[in-house]
Amino acid sequence: MNTCINKIRELALELLDKKEVEKVIGFANGTIPLATSPIAITSKQDIEKLVFNSTCGLNLANYLRDQKGKIAVIAKGCDTRNIVTHIVENQIKRDQLFIIGVPCNGMIDQFKIAALFNDEIIEFSEDGDTLNIKSSLKEEKLYKKDYLRENCKVCMHKNPVIYDVLAMDLVEEQTLDNPYPDVDKIEAMDSDKKWQHFQDLTKNCIRCYACKNACPLCYCPTCFVDESSPQWVGKGQNKTDVNTFHYLRAFHCAGRCTDCGACVQACPMDINVRDFTRKLNKDSFEMFGWEAGLDITKRPPLDAYSPDDPDDFIK
Amino acid sequence: MKFITIDKKDWANGIGKSRKTYKLFGPVKDKNGFLIKSLEKDIMPEMDYPDSVMSAKSIIFPQTEKMLCTTLDESQEEHHIMKRVEMDNSPRAILGIRPYDAKAIQIVNLNFDTDDFRDPYWCDALNATTLIGLGINKPGPFDFSTSTGTGPFCEEGLDILMADLDDKYLAKILTDKGKAFMDVCEFEIKADEKESQALFDILRKEAEKNIKSHIDTDKLSEKTILELHDAPFWDDVAFSCINCGTCTFVCPTCWCFDIQDETKQKSSIRFRNWDTCMSSLFTRHATGHNPRATKTQRVRQRFMHKLKYFFDKYDQGIMCVGCGRCVKSCPVNIDIREVCNIMNTYKKQD
Repeated sequence: MNTCINKIRELALELLDKKEVEKVIGFANGTIPLATSPIAITSKQDIEKLVFNSTCGLNLANYLRDQKGKIAVIAKGCDTRNIVTHIVENQIKRDQLFIIGVPCNGMIDQFKIAALFNDEIIEFSEDGDTLNIKSSLKEEKLYKKDYLRENCKVCMHKNPVIYDVLAMDLVEEQTLDNPYPDVDKIEAMDSDKKWQHFQDLTKNCIRCYACKNACPLCYCPTCFVDESSPQWVGKGQNKTDVNTFHYLRAFHCAGRCTDCGACVQACPMDINVRDFTRKLNKDSFEMFGWEAGLDITKRPPLDAYSPDDPDDFIK
Repeated sequence: MKFITIDKKDWANGIGKSRKTYKLFGPVKDKNGFLIKSLEKDIMPEMDYPDSVMSAKSIIFPQTEKMLCTTLDESQEEHHIMKRVEMDNSPRAILGIRPYDAKAIQIVNLNFDTDDFRDPYWCDALNATTLIGLGINKPGPFDFSTSTGTGPFCEEGLDILMADLDDKYLAKILTDKGKAFMDVCEFEIKADEKESQALFDILRKEAEKNIKSHIDTDKLSEKTILELHDAPFWDDVAFSCINCGTCTFVCPTCWCFDIQDETKQKSSIRFRNWDTCMSSLFTRHATGHNPRATKTQRVRQRFMHKLKYFFDKYDQGIMCVGCGRCVKSCPVNIDIREVCNIMNTYKKQD
């Protein structure tokens, strides 16, 4: 996947050179190992700053709103699904975008890798499927497949679903008999256990809102947590308030979440925010045969009426 | 000043004795790394820890803190009269606090304890707290504390500074509070003052040599506030920011809070929560006008406060102790070291 960067730079250069776009939104190298940072390139001299590797786990669809002029964006499979959602939800127009699609082999889980070391990681590089990671105390060669983020492990849309050009050949999609084993596990718990699971899940939440702010779906001008009249939820560390935030945010993403994993990656406290959204994704799939962000002509299921609705009360 | 030697075999026993007098806090492993937490019952601090994700500030300045309460029951004589909530300000001690976190507490104190105002919640909690620091023999790659007026063996703000000498700790008692803590632990094997200080100096120099990360702040004072405020680089600095509160919440020197009232049936509580200048709500007026409506303005505010406004107002260096927590935790890797260097080297184009 790191070989596609030359193609990405070549395409970006051409777009800026021909003034077809005002800027190219992609990733730049971070200042610390295992980090990349979203960047907007406007000048040809900065093209070399663009990178693409297994740490580009944030969702760049989140950076497309409120931009002026035509913009190019480097987009993985999940990013393109959120671009589709943005277009369907009138957050951006298709013709404002030039999408450089990147078929994706998955992003890596920084927390899982950090947990292998007793001290800080000081070097990271990747070579095909091998990750080379070094701390002051030891060096590890890891197989990328073993350290993929959980959402990437169950991803069935690695390839961009909408694009103007591809930065590399399409990759083979995986088919899974059961894409939701994690949800099944929680569903099988009795209600006390379930309750405890979600209590424990949010135990360290500091309400920094990195999860919602990293999420391309969370574009409400004022989030319900910030409303003051009425005030829907308390703002402190009261457990009920903390959980209310997570539950309601998840429900607002029902039928819209692409399971891109940006929320989990952004969380500084390593909370598996996907435990909230995944059940809703599963329900959307089982009840409506729906996966978000695949079709630019269809509105999300909770936003549309269909005579085939599985619930009777609506008919 | 006095030095005490503590054999690590006696450590747990002495700490156990202190529990009769002190509520203890210290580094404990949690799922995403270490956190400074209450050490209940037999839990011992894991002293040899890479830095904690959150700083120790929450022990003195909790994220959510009750301030005042009252009853709304009009049959009660003092209904609707706000009174201070009773706090547990019995002695507490933070074990193994990083020296730069103690320095950070001194910085926050500049805001909460002034000639004009004294924040009783902060001041009382700080008075009740004994800070037992552990020098950092092997500073991590994010540590740039030597550039910020502190460092791995900085004594400022601490009551005791300990050095880890493999099989024992060497403790330098810096205040009466520190002495009182050592006394209840019954740690009393005195060490030679001159030799111990020489050893501390060696350890400090070794540790400081291992810090590879630096920032320059020497030219910040030469520039006017408006020069930096109006500089052209802020949009680029802010582009990737998602305006979450991570940087401000993990920061040991961020002191801003928001006040909220909550009522339940007839009781009412006023409390404060950490606030973050990254949130648009932070500055939104009741009219709806927002003087910092864009993310660029908010990102600029954070760095200007830390690296310029504070610097100019207090003349005590920058409002950053170089712990590197924000660098490590920022979801989009906005790096205060880079921003500081951009600000420091910036020259206005005529």
